[in-house]
Amino acid sequence: MMNNVDTDKHFKLRKLKNKVFKYFLYFLSGLSIIPLILIILHIIKNGISAVNIKFFTSMPKPVGESGGGILNAIVGTLMLVTIASVMAIPVGISTGIYLNEHRKNRLSYYIQLSAEVLQSIPSIVIGIVAWIWIVLPMGHFSALSGGIALGIMMLPTIIKSTEETLKLIPHSLKEASLALGVPYYKTILKVLLPASLSGIVTGILIGIARIAGETAPLLFTAFGNPFLNFSITKPVASLPLLIFNYATSPYDDWHKIAWGASLVLITFIFTLNIFTRLFTKKYKVKF
Amino acid sequence: MQELITSDNGSIADMQTENIKKRSNSFDAVASSHKNNMGAEKTFNAVLLIMGIVVILILAGILVSLFVESIPAIKYNGFGFLINNVWDPVTDRYGAVPFLLGTLLTSFLALVISIPFSLAVSIVLAEYLKEGWIPAILKSATDLLAGVPSVIYGFWGLFLITPIVRKIELSLNLPPYGVSILAASIILAIMIIPYSASIAREVIPLVPVDIKEASYSLGATKYETIKTIILKYSMSGILAGIVLSLGRAIGETMAVTMLIGNSNILPKNFLSLIFNPGNTMASVIANEFTEATGNIYLSSLVEIGLLLFIVSFILNVIGKRIIRKFVIE
Repeated sequence: MMNNVDTDKHFKLRKLKNKVFKYFLYFLSGLSIIPLILIILHIIKNGISAVNIKFFTSMPKPVGESGGGILNAIVGTLMLVTIASVMAIPVGISTGIYLNEHRKNRLSYYIQLSAEVLQSIPSIVIGIVAWIWIVLPMGHFSALSGGIALGIMMLPTIIKSTEETLKLIPHSLKEASLALGVPYYKTILKVLLPASLSGIVTGILIGIARIAGETAPLLFTAFGNPFLNFSITKPVASLPLLIFNYATSPYDDWHKIAWGASLVLITFIFTLNIFTRLFTKKYKVKF
Repeated sequence: MQELITSDNGSIADMQTENIKKRSNSFDAVASSHKNNMGAEKTFNAVLLIMGIVVILILAGILVSLFVESIPAIKYNGFGFLINNVWDPVTDRYGAVPFLLGTLLTSFLALVISIPFSLAVSIVLAEYLKEGWIPAILKSATDLLAGVPSVIYGFWGLFLITPIVRKIELSLNLPPYGVSILAASIILAIMIIPYSASIAREVIPLVPVDIKEASYSLGATKYETIKTIILKYSMSGILAGIVLSLGRAIGETMAVTMLIGNSNILPKNFLSLIFNPGNTMASVIANEFTEATGNIYLSSLVEIGLLLFIVSFILNVIGKRIIRKFVIE
């Protein structure tokens, strides 16, 4: 009798532990998304009042004058992303194709390794390198150097996604094309690449989302610029840099602009993320 | 086929000669296009090869230029760079210990804070809630958390985390800095949760179903199965996730720079080590690089960059090794 009660108690205790553990896990997971909610709410609360049409079309104003916009930063971010894409996309896609076509090659092992190491380099170190390569010989900060820094950061993402997507395409598709007498390079350009286009585009979008918010590599390359600039050899502003400079300033007007800029930047990045997800879902590469 | 139809009204002999002509023409065309193709193919392959080599050259270039630029500092500072705890550009004394310690402390604290959360998220997603809208939200939320730019984390932290840290400091009778190693660690912890959770999320489902079922059939509860089977089996994979997150935390710059307070002075006792402002390797570069005057000063900062590169490289290699081994097992 005694024994029975004991096991009963023991059983109940184990069940209780089980339940407590479960709800504890739920609690912790719930807690871990609270920062996201807080960040979004905070940005919307403080940023929404700053954002209007004028915010996008006018230049920042000096301290003390309220209002002013972030046109220079938006133009700068677009320039930097364009420079980075122009450099990273061709190299990334070609390298991805090379890796897929020569899987057991010694060289492709080293290329893969390099891409992996590039991915792990802290962004600030890439900033130093772009400074050494471009800013030092040119003698001044420039949009070009910032674009190159961002391009290096974007490269591994594109290589990886291109390679991974190409891997999913069945061998029979390639063989069918080759059997029809289509030359090898045309098989790749006209059969394999179109078939894996959605995956590659996704990779590019993820790469852009990754670099659009980067600040550290721009600190001593693009540097920031209070004026509107379209020249790639001159310093240029960017949204994250502007947020950094204004957020660490002591002026309330500037904080407000920084919140507005944060809202714009985070909307851009989240839209890109959500778009990417919908895009992959709709045009998933599958055979 | 179309050719046959169009030359319908000619005689059969005409048709034949015409066809032969056409065919030989098309043979010529095939031959010449074949030649063209060979040429195009060669250039195509060459382009692929060159682009691949460019990737290797970029990495090699990064390594070489970091090293070359830090040679003056390596010569000037010698080995003392790693032991000296005074960083004073005015008197040209460069010791990296305050930054090494700051980096170590922030990353370690961030890991300790984030591990329970990232583990909970990955266990819930892998074992408890597999379908439905709650896991979908949880997944998207952690993905979005990973997408928030570092500078926005820093900005938000300045207005939300530093006041909280300041209150804690006041209640402990410490100087209320607010910006401190602790504040930087908290923001860093929030930033690496999605990263380590995503690795654990990939590793936990790799636990074989039969040993899980064996545990259940012995009467174990879910909690016991998770504790004794799942966590034990996937321990090395989770560890790899932690190592990789550490690699990420060490290189994180902007949010840390904004919240750490940027002080190069090493406090004496442990409590003020956490609650005082500090500096990490990444944040000192971000802060002082554009203002650095003098060759040795700049070169010393590049040397810190080189060090940062090496440390994150090693952590990355270790993490990836463990994961590869785990997946193969």
